[in-house]
Amino acid sequence: MDLAYNEEYEAFRIEVQQFLKTHKSKAPKGRASWGATGEKARQWQQFLIEHGYAARTIAKQYGGFGAEPDILQNHIIAEEFAKARVRPGHSGDPRLVPVVLELGTEEQKHALVGPTIRGEMNWCQGYSEPGSGSDLASLSTKAVLDGDHWVINGQKIWTSGAQNADMIFCLVRTEPDAPKHNGISYLIFKMDTPGIEVRPLVTMTGEAIFNETFFTDVRVPKDQIIGKRGEGWFVANTTLKHERGSLGDPNQIENRFRDLVEILKNEKIDGKPLIQYPIYRDRLLRLQGRVLSMKCNGMRILTANAKNKEPGLARWIVKLLGCELNHQMAALAIDAMGELGVLYGESSYLRDYGMWQRNYMLDLGLIIGGGTAQIQKNMIGERALGLPKEPKYQQS
Amino acid sequence: MEFALSDEQQMLQMSINRFLNSHCDLNRVRDATKDSITQQAEVWSGIGELGVLGILIPEEYGGVGLGYLDAALVAEALGRAIAPIPFIGSSIMAPVALLNAGDDRQKSAWLPKIAAGECVFGVGVTEQIGQRETEGVVAHEGKLTGKAMFVVDGVDADMLIIADDQGVLYLVDASASGVTRQNLPTIDKTRALAEVCLDQVEAEVLPGSVSNQQPLTQTIDAGRIMLAADSLGASDVMIEKAVAYAKERKQFDRVIGSFQAVKHMCAEMATELEPCRSLIWYAAHSINHIPDEARLLVCHAKAHLSEVGRFVAKTSTEVHGGMGFTDLLGLHYWFKRIGLDRQLLGAPELIREEAALFQGW
Repeated sequence: MDLAYNEEYEAFRIEVQQFLKTHKSKAPKGRASWGATGEKARQWQQFLIEHGYAARTIAKQYGGFGAEPDILQNHIIAEEFAKARVRPGHSGDPRLVPVVLELGTEEQKHALVGPTIRGEMNWCQGYSEPGSGSDLASLSTKAVLDGDHWVINGQKIWTSGAQNADMIFCLVRTEPDAPKHNGISYLIFKMDTPGIEVRPLVTMTGEAIFNETFFTDVRVPKDQIIGKRGEGWFVANTTLKHERGSLGDPNQIENRFRDLVEILKNEKIDGKPLIQYPIYRDRLLRLQGRVLSMKCNGMRILTANAKNKEPGLARWIVKLLGCELNHQMAALAIDAMGELGVLYGESSYLRDYGMWQRNYMLDLGLIIGGGTAQIQKNMIGERALGLPKEPKYQQS
Repeated sequence: MEFALSDEQQMLQMSINRFLNSHCDLNRVRDATKDSITQQAEVWSGIGELGVLGILIPEEYGGVGLGYLDAALVAEALGRAIAPIPFIGSSIMAPVALLNAGDDRQKSAWLPKIAAGECVFGVGVTEQIGQRETEGVVAHEGKLTGKAMFVVDGVDADMLIIADDQGVLYLVDASASGVTRQNLPTIDKTRALAEVCLDQVEAEVLPGSVSNQQPLTQTIDAGRIMLAADSLGASDVMIEKAVAYAKERKQFDRVIGSFQAVKHMCAEMATELEPCRSLIWYAAHSINHIPDEARLLVCHAKAHLSEVGRFVAKTSTEVHGGMGFTDLLGLHYWFKRIGLDRQLLGAPELIREEAALFQGW
């Protein structure tokens, strides 16, 4: 156990801090996002790539900064950006870029990675379908080969950002006679291809974060596939792994906890700050214990990753616990605000621009999305604890 | 930057677990508790030979001079094995009190004996955390009078360290005139808590604790992190047993672990406990290396492990169905070990309040 960083890393940390001090004002405000659009966001991202704070380990030839992979350096960058509350850079859509780099052809890497990390090419994900949620592999959107083109018919749901996306990466059934996991292919195509219709799906937050996307005889060139025919499920699993890791980030959890403490100090009932009421206080302290335990768990994963070891259970639990913890923190903030906590929309009494109520709902979405809490528990039970799968249901 | 156990620490963990697996199985624990033995001779001498009775004691006093993280690994292993021996009071809290508040003569006199297993210490600080049945112990002209409850490892102790009502620590010979002791029978038969009554008893002050609360706090924190580690070990076993049972027990022609209702109970236990291990590592490590963070981390380790421990103890028992409730299976030994860990040296509500106060909230 040695929690200190060596001189080289400490020097690197100071370098990052100085960079942030000097250039902080150039950063766009608001929540960090790899899907962020807008000129200011693109310029900031480009600036970060040039200085090695975004797309850091992606090779120069594909548009990245081209540094040697170093997990501790990445960690220091993430930590310092979070501390300074500056929007961090990204390495493009984390669900797609690692897949292209790992499994794409040379041509695909050149064509897709650069524009994606610069924010010039935005993506949406076509995985879930109305009839295929937790049982994703049962998906039925089909693609049939007709000459040099795939012809796609079907429907996707939860396609976040589809209305602004330039491209989609999409799971389709290409081998209808194969077992369900072996009949899927991973296609990529332009969103302005004829036959695609995007209908906004308004969520409980009041925003159309998601969409329903319909495909009617959509023709896609045959070579726009990643991996081989029928291997799409295994290609997609690479992305789900990356997505799960990104939810429940301890830096973000710690920042939210600090904001929560401020709320409890500042909100008053009859002139007395909420933090002085034993019941609210105890709820805060309970959450602090969880926040600290997730921070420590994160350090353990970091060390395992840096040594190229599988962190095992420590990684499996992050999405399940992290999303729930975020939700509980928002819940306490709302409870501390009482009636003020349910204000939503335009009001001069709104605290933190209504962020808590929005997060409270959004985080419930995240508990469900990317593999529901119940699916997470199945995976933990089956893969980490070795419990048997549920036998197949047989109609009597 | 490396957040992991060293090779030496993994070796330590392995050798203790190996010894306890072969010498401290449930049958042996049962036999000991049947006869009200809380210092099982074979386990005591074996643990002594491994050097861990003096784990925190510097080499100059005959110990091995390791850190709190090493000690926490031992506490975890003892919790796993529900070992009926004195440890947290005698080998952790007493040495911490002596090292931080004792003078050279006191340290030289007692630390080597603790390390050699020649002398067991009980530690009474309960009234400094919360007074209930007694107003504690008062010192007057070097003599102690009053009552100390739940003295850790106090029943088998040759010597006692007792805090008076000012938080000053005293050394008391358990056989001195004016000392009466009795066992407080708790749910957990593997450890001994004593009620110690003192009537004008000759006592030696630990000088470093006079008008300085620091040694008392360090003693309590040392006990707390080890209780948390004890719960970690005991909870780990309860999960292993539940998972093993769920893979073996059949109902409706299926092993019950294939039912999601049961599978999710197991997954929830494992999910809750996993980050606790990292929390304890960090907290124990911080006492030696990041003292500014130590108090907060230790408080949360104790409080959080108490909550998770309770959840695991209950859930594992439920996974075992009716059998979990029986003495035949013996699962209740771990349930009760966790139950005692939670209340001793401050229940979670009290500790969280303490943590709120020293953060200025």
